[in-house]
Amino acid sequence: MEGMDTLTYEFQRGQDGQARLGLKGRLDKDTVASIWRQSTLSVRQARSAFLVVLVADVEYCDAAGIALLVEYRRIQEQNKRRIEIQGLRPQFQQLMRVFETAPVPPPPAAPGFLAGFVHSLGELVVRLARDFHAQVNFTGEVVVKLVRTVQHPDSLVWKDMLLIAEKAGANAVGIAALLGFLIGLIIAFQSAASLQKFGAEIFVADLVVLGLLRELGPLITGFILASRSGSAFAAEIGTMKVNEEIDALTTMALDPVQYLVLPRLIAAILVMPLLTLFNELFGLIGCGVVMASWHVPVGTYLDRIGEAATLTDLFSGLVKTLVFGTLIAGLGCLRGLQTETGPSAVGDSATRAVVSGIIAIILADGVFAVVYYFLGI
Amino acid sequence: MAANGKTIIKVEDLTAGYGDMVLLQDINFEVHTGEIFGILGGSGCGKSTVLKHMIGLKPPLRGSVFIDGTDIVTAEGDERVAVLKKIGVSYQSGALFGSMNVLENVALVLEEFTDLPREAIERIAEMKLAAVGLQDAAYKMPAELSGGMKKRAAIARALAIDPKVLFLDEPSAGLDPITSAQLDHLILDLSESLHITFVIVTHELPSIFAVTDRVIMLDKQSKTVIASGAPHELRESADPAVWRFFNRQAAEGRQT
Repeated sequence: MEGMDTLTYEFQRGQDGQARLGLKGRLDKDTVASIWRQSTLSVRQARSAFLVVLVADVEYCDAAGIALLVEYRRIQEQNKRRIEIQGLRPQFQQLMRVFETAPVPPPPAAPGFLAGFVHSLGELVVRLARDFHAQVNFTGEVVVKLVRTVQHPDSLVWKDMLLIAEKAGANAVGIAALLGFLIGLIIAFQSAASLQKFGAEIFVADLVVLGLLRELGPLITGFILASRSGSAFAAEIGTMKVNEEIDALTTMALDPVQYLVLPRLIAAILVMPLLTLFNELFGLIGCGVVMASWHVPVGTYLDRIGEAATLTDLFSGLVKTLVFGTLIAGLGCLRGLQTETGPSAVGDSATRAVVSGIIAIILADGVFAVVYYFLGI
Repeated sequence: MAANGKTIIKVEDLTAGYGDMVLLQDINFEVHTGEIFGILGGSGCGKSTVLKHMIGLKPPLRGSVFIDGTDIVTAEGDERVAVLKKIGVSYQSGALFGSMNVLENVALVLEEFTDLPREAIERIAEMKLAAVGLQDAAYKMPAELSGGMKKRAAIARALAIDPKVLFLDEPSAGLDPITSAQLDHLILDLSESLHITFVIVTHELPSIFAVTDRVIMLDKQSKTVIASGAPHELRESADPAVWRFFNRQAAEGRQT
């Protein structure tokens, strides 16, 4: 099959609306590229009633070559004009028979801008409504099963729960402590520089301890749990969904919520306050480092902390963490169970778990702020 | 089925394994241009491992795999790209890219390796899909396809750059008998019309007898080729392992 490695074409218009297109050389994917646009344009513009394509001098032809001949035929037939391909060698005729079939139906037409916008908006509303419905359903199911598990602790898969608690809690102590230390350090440094102008740098301790115990500690730990464990829960359960493991559990009469969701939920609820405590402790150490650099004695700093914050501040923050842990784990598991098919499905679920987890804890934090205000806490 | 006796693939002393564990030892065979060649054997005998070494996905512990004169084991850079352009592979699961529709899956390699304009690439991809009877599914996503359609789409993608050799890993696995038979017909049609050499890894007896010209059979115990020849010859083999495989006998020894 080796021969000329070039392809030439010659287009001639004849009389009576006839035209001749001669091809010579190798008609393959490397050579066809050089003449495709020009030759198809010539055929289109000529508008010949009868086109004769001469291919007797074609030494070699592959699918790309056949595609070119099919394209000539398509152009002519679209315009209700005739075409004849002359001199195609028998082996290439066979190739043409294999590849030349009815044209592929075009892709579905995209809607116009306005219709597309309305369609997308409608889809979004329906999706949000369905998601809300799913969340309410899921919350109800989880609460019922959680209460049942509290009444019958034997029904919990303790081994899984402890393993998850280790992964979500013990393994996250380092990052929770580091972030707490850095946040405490940064806030203390930023605020001390301003308060020093008024000789009030000792009140940095008040600012940091109240900020950490009431807001920042629970929130930062929530972000850590959402990004580390919420995404992991969604990815683990999502992968199980894709691998039909959830279906297998269901048909084995093992409830996926009881078997997969509750261990994660309880583990998250248990580890969240502990992680928060680590975060807050190291935040105060970070603040202490800054205070020491401003020559505030350690004893004075600790006294200030004791005076500024009460146990109510500490527990008002820790109560939040129980709700945050529930939201993060619950949403992570729900996103995992909602995983669809496709290569990006698990990744999408993990992303949705993190995003919805973070939004949920901030919304919950807002609700807590209002409730605490009215309770005078 | 149009073999001309010229060797296109030569596997020489192929020894494969992981670390110190040898899975296959001293595998030797040749595939002729235009033939439909089968690699057979029971589960876990290393059929797919041989295939992965033949297409250059895994380096062997020892030995060579020559494809059209180039050793794919040692080929690097442009030489490796050149030899990879001569082969097409259809994987067991189809391995279609889930984020692209079927037409885009087929067109991808043409976009990367040719200077053809977009409309030409689309036309060629449409033709490849038409050749496997999937022109109506061109704009569907892989997730919307049935198992048989995925296998055919994978073959269309493997055909995209007109390979000289097409490797099919378990093409009939998981398909119903009718779809499986349709796939066998497709392989025969493509072999007849495109003169492509096929290397098929399978353990489906009906497909083996329907499409293959020659086969080799691998054995888990001996870790090597225990038989080679035309399928109907091997059915009468004196080797008990080969006889049992071709006559679907589970028990030791020949039963009458």
